[in-house]
Amino acid sequence: MMPAAPANFSKPLITIQPGKRWPTLQWRELWAYRELIYFLTWRDVKVRYKQTLLGGAWAILQPLLTMIIFTLLFGRLAGFESHTGGVPYPVFAFAGLLPWTFFSNAITTSGNSLINSVNLITKVYFPRMIIPGAAVTAGLVDFAIGFVLLIALMFYYQMTPGWSLLLLPFLVLLTTLLAVAVGMWLSALNVKYRDVRFAIPFVVQIWMFLSPIIYPTTLIPQKLRVAFLLNPMTGIVDGYRAALFGKPINWIELAISTVITSFAFVYASFFFRRMERGFADII
Amino acid sequence: MTAIIQVTKLSKEYRIGRREAAYGTLRESLVRALRNPLQTLGGRAAANEKLWALKDVSVNVEPGEVVGVIGRNGAGKSTFLKILSRITEPTSGRIDLYGRVGSLLEVGTGFHPELTGRENIYLSGALLGMKRAEIQRKFDEIVEFAELEKFLDTTVKYYSSGMYMRLAFAVAAHLEPEILLVDEVLAVGDAAFQKKCLGKMRDVANHGRTVLFVSHNMTAVNQLCSRCLLIADGRLVMNGKTADVVAAYLQAGSGGGAESVWQDLRRAPGNENIKLHAVRVKSHGVIKSEVDIDKEVEVEVEFWNRRPGARNLCVTIYLLDSNGTVVLSTGNTPAANALPEEWFDKPHPEGLFRAICTLPANFLNEGLYYITVYVVTLGPLAVEVEAPHVLSFRVFDTGVLREAGGGGNWPGVVRVRLPWTTELVAPQAIPSAPEQQIAVELKD
Repeated sequence: MMPAAPANFSKPLITIQPGKRWPTLQWRELWAYRELIYFLTWRDVKVRYKQTLLGGAWAILQPLLTMIIFTLLFGRLAGFESHTGGVPYPVFAFAGLLPWTFFSNAITTSGNSLINSVNLITKVYFPRMIIPGAAVTAGLVDFAIGFVLLIALMFYYQMTPGWSLLLLPFLVLLTTLLAVAVGMWLSALNVKYRDVRFAIPFVVQIWMFLSPIIYPTTLIPQKLRVAFLLNPMTGIVDGYRAALFGKPINWIELAISTVITSFAFVYASFFFRRMERGFADII
Repeated sequence: MTAIIQVTKLSKEYRIGRREAAYGTLRESLVRALRNPLQTLGGRAAANEKLWALKDVSVNVEPGEVVGVIGRNGAGKSTFLKILSRITEPTSGRIDLYGRVGSLLEVGTGFHPELTGRENIYLSGALLGMKRAEIQRKFDEIVEFAELEKFLDTTVKYYSSGMYMRLAFAVAAHLEPEILLVDEVLAVGDAAFQKKCLGKMRDVANHGRTVLFVSHNMTAVNQLCSRCLLIADGRLVMNGKTADVVAAYLQAGSGGGAESVWQDLRRAPGNENIKLHAVRVKSHGVIKSEVDIDKEVEVEVEFWNRRPGARNLCVTIYLLDSNGTVVLSTGNTPAANALPEEWFDKPHPEGLFRAICTLPANFLNEGLYYITVYVVTLGPLAVEVEAPHVLSFRVFDTGVLREAGGGGNWPGVVRVRLPWTTELVAPQAIPSAPEQQIAVELKD
């Protein structure tokens, strides 16, 4: 074992004081703990499908089965398949379901991540944002697996994406940011009010019906369109479809989503940092 | 040399009493806001009781020091470590740390049962603040320390609790921050492994690291720490040489002797199920801190049961001598009770219970003894109350064993009158027979 370096700092390395009213966002510290983000993500990925028969196949089965049900129910019965702008309904639904499944799983696990980590929060220090954050990034692996099936579907229906596909990384980033924002907000609230745990499934369900997952945005009456666009998932899901199917991108829609997502992220970060102080005491 | 840890007037206040205020549901908050809008607007802190878990603690620690932190349960030791390790924030005051901090508040921080030993070493190491490269470098050392080479790729959920502890401590023991905060982690594991851990801790100390060590194990504190802090009711009441502080703690910490009563339930040892009310030492029905060596000693434990219908409650007493060695442990289970046990597996109604254990006369040696009390629920084991060193009493030699030919001190932890028989076997002088003859006799 190496002898510890003598403490020859002229300035203290760490100063502990009661928190200020307006906390900082501690980006530098998050950067210092980047390896921990990786390890917690890796843990969640490793553990998720442990002791399951089908393992990682669930990452494909989840959106696939939902897609089949939706195709039968909404595509055929409700007749949405004639409004997709020429895109076969299964691909249309799947392209929406893929980011949606990622997003909804991410906010569900992320929203419950803090209260499921009591043993960490009360026993060891690290920037708490890492917990809901890693819960989201762990979902990216499933997201990537799901894309493989999407490519297969598009190949089957002989669809070729265009240059707009280059927008995809940005869309993934935007979805992740939004999921982290919502996840941080829900998880912090969950520490104080355990109602959140029960409310999350309903929020997810309602949010899905308010987003253009099973139907195209064009079906929304013009009067309601503005309100509809305030949902950042609208621009994101439409963006995915446009990018994948080579359709023109609605830049205004996407810009609205980006602005709202950024606001949500900043707000949630500050909210989280303010709530964070009490975590160890009230969890 | 400048201090590596500088704590200035550190205080931490908790709101307690109305637990739901901190930990409630949204509905309760809304209902409260509706019922009492003025109070809510004016800050509802007024409705809650407050408790200073820590009050105006100031202390400096020099680099390379190993400092023990002792005190009774609920005194504020753990709060102190939690603030130092940044798990919770202070209400006021300031701490300056001139080095990296590693804290070990539990064994197996971040262990995941579904991961293998190898994977858990990385995960736990990262959580405790190690870099990946650092873990890789020390990996073999950690595995060797844990003695688990063969089970590295076994899922941890199949480990025995001993194996789990060994692996967990091995990871923690290889942390190399300048400041190490340790909370009672040596209380687990078997004796041999505990010894190994103590050795490792001493190593750490010898390498110039600064260690803050919270423990109820006075033997360990004595062995490891040069200096000790005594915390009582959130205040730093003593700061000095370990031997002096431990002695003061054991004297004062045991409530000055033969009786400890907790009128304030908030301060009483225990949890939401059981709260300790009183522990007493009596001799012939009278509370006494000095008992005669030839008299029975009654240890009386009173506790509140707050969970109607609780079963399998067991009051356990550890009797310790002045070195902290456990002389005996006993409990009121049907198997351990010499009398028929009346309550153990029956549903206990809510209320105050009293359990009395009688230590026989002419059993303990003279000297100072301490009592540690546990109340546990058995099968599966849940520790409801843990109250180390709640009281002390002194056993006095009345001279009974000296009356006819007894010496002063009888060495030993216990001094029991045992049945002896002595008889005359051969009433004659030692026969001076030649050795050869004996050999012949044996041949026959």
